[in-house]
Amino acid sequence: MSKLNFAIRRLFQMVATLWVIATLLFVMFRAMPGDPTTYFLSEGMPPEARERLIAQYGLDEPTHVQYIEFLRSLVTLELGISFHSGRDVIDIIWLYLPNTLVLMFSAIIFAYVIGIPLGVLAAWKRGEGTEKGAVILALVQRSFPEFWVGLVVLGIFGAWLDVIPMSGMTSGDHRPESFLAMITSLDFIWHLLAPAAVFGFYLMGLPLLLMRNNMLEVLAEDFVDVCRAKGLSERKVMFKHAARNALLPIVTAAAIAIGYAVGGAILVETVFSWPGLGREMVRAVLRRDYPVAQGTFMLLATTVVFMNFVADLIYSWLDPRVTYE
Amino acid sequence: MSQREGTRELFENLEGYDELDDVDSRRRAIRLWSETFSEQWEILKEDRLVVFGAVTITLFSLIAIFAPFLAPHPPTERMWDGGMIMQWENPLWYGGEGGYLLGTTAEGYDIFSQLIFGSRPALIVGLSAAVLCAGIGTIVALVAGYYGGRVDDILMRIVDVAYGLPLLPSVILLVAMLGPSFLNVILAVVLLQWRASARVIRSQVLSIRERPYVQAAKVTGASDWRIISRHIAPNILPLTFLYGAFAIATGILTEAGVSFIGLGDPSQVSWGTMLQTAHTYNAMYHQTWWWFIPPGICIALVVISGFLIGRGYEEVTNPALRGNN
Repeated sequence: MSKLNFAIRRLFQMVATLWVIATLLFVMFRAMPGDPTTYFLSEGMPPEARERLIAQYGLDEPTHVQYIEFLRSLVTLELGISFHSGRDVIDIIWLYLPNTLVLMFSAIIFAYVIGIPLGVLAAWKRGEGTEKGAVILALVQRSFPEFWVGLVVLGIFGAWLDVIPMSGMTSGDHRPESFLAMITSLDFIWHLLAPAAVFGFYLMGLPLLLMRNNMLEVLAEDFVDVCRAKGLSERKVMFKHAARNALLPIVTAAAIAIGYAVGGAILVETVFSWPGLGREMVRAVLRRDYPVAQGTFMLLATTVVFMNFVADLIYSWLDPRVTYE
Repeated sequence: MSQREGTRELFENLEGYDELDDVDSRRRAIRLWSETFSEQWEILKEDRLVVFGAVTITLFSLIAIFAPFLAPHPPTERMWDGGMIMQWENPLWYGGEGGYLLGTTAEGYDIFSQLIFGSRPALIVGLSAAVLCAGIGTIVALVAGYYGGRVDDILMRIVDVAYGLPLLPSVILLVAMLGPSFLNVILAVVLLQWRASARVIRSQVLSIRERPYVQAAKVTGASDWRIISRHIAPNILPLTFLYGAFAIATGILTEAGVSFIGLGDPSQVSWGTMLQTAHTYNAMYHQTWWWFIPPGICIALVVISGFLIGRGYEEVTNPALRGNN
């Protein structure tokens, strides 16, 4: 089976998965206890206004019509209007998504730039204290809840040493005119530092352990002996020859990790009051703002499914030995 | 060995054949299982870290069971001093009054008592998530891997869909809809986390299914149930335990995360809800670290224990890992 065929089949599978998730979401929101209308209709509202609002949100239609309308709205990205603020859901997503992406990519870069060399080092110094230290570090990174690490960082650096801001993305008096101007400002980077470091610390365990395991496998191969026999320094053997060959699974793992990290940022965003998409989803869920909750959740799920798809494609592209039957 | 004994007994008591066969097979089964477990424990107890994990979890389980006897106060009872609620009281070793080991919260609850009672939801969620995730995953894997074909296809597509769901956002959505109780947190975690064990164990079943002894059993006319329960299941059991141990970690971290966001069981104090109130009252800013440091340490200890036991089982499943450390 050719790679193109594989890609096409995988694409169809992705669309089917998204359709199932969307259907689950639709069923779940209708099965929710309590009538959705009670959350945005006030008691003393005149009956005509009440009916107009219900019709506006399409809640008076039969279920199957609502379902088709729901799928159509997902495909056309007309995700409806927020019960809470009355704004278009897609505008809300565009407002918060970039903030999450900046935070997530800073964290991922931090995690992989430090995690990968540490993994190489752990494999190189196999059986020594360095390896043990690296493995324990990875264990700690995965075991301490990231929001707790955030609380501790805020306590030490925010309150005690007073070198980082306690919350938010920009200082109150700082009003940059564009998104680009904002993220390139020093004030923003100062705010970004702690959340990105905490999230990156949490994400680092995966590349570290994965790189160590891959390295151990690669180091058992013959070409490594050839490199050593050529008289290359151990450092060159490790970082130039072995590490390059061990990187492949990391690339695909990183793609999948990016997919999950967009939603995984929720807790870090909550601790640092970072105005991101995950935190907005939680707020929408808590105030029963269906359209926003549905829209943001669907976006987070799409990212996961899409990045899984990308990971499969990258894998087949980077490793020509992979075949598909 | 047990088989030979069974045969000899059979010939000696030909009269009570049916009855004896029944009793004997049961006895054999029990002996088989106890042999398996003691063999695994022999390997596991070699590793000091595994023993540490097992002891820690046992210790926390005891604390959870005897919480009402260990805690000096009920966790949701306000501390009064005359007509005043004892808010923000320092610990007794830090000049606090009233003899509170870890002081009181901003709402006047005894922190130490909350910490003790917080072990209950953590362990209940962690252990039941572990049992259910590993159990459901294993059953799905056995059915999909053994029967193959269409059954396998359908089950694995369901697993694909489950992999398309971002963990924390999905759990948040489910818990918000079903109502915040920790039964629902367990349900949400299980609905999402059985996917990992199902996928990995299935591939193992696929390989075991082709082994000569399974083929031999098939030829002698053994039923599907007999082959699955006697010949395949015992061989994948360590993998089940491995994923169960990891599911303890996911369960506890997810429960803490969901509680931290504000969707915790309102009738229960958990380590996550403690951290949530500490965050809400800005305990980091007030430098009352005895409030927010201990719950995080407790979460991490239990989670690390889960990982360590899982790592031990990795050595049981993969003998190549043994003896390296």
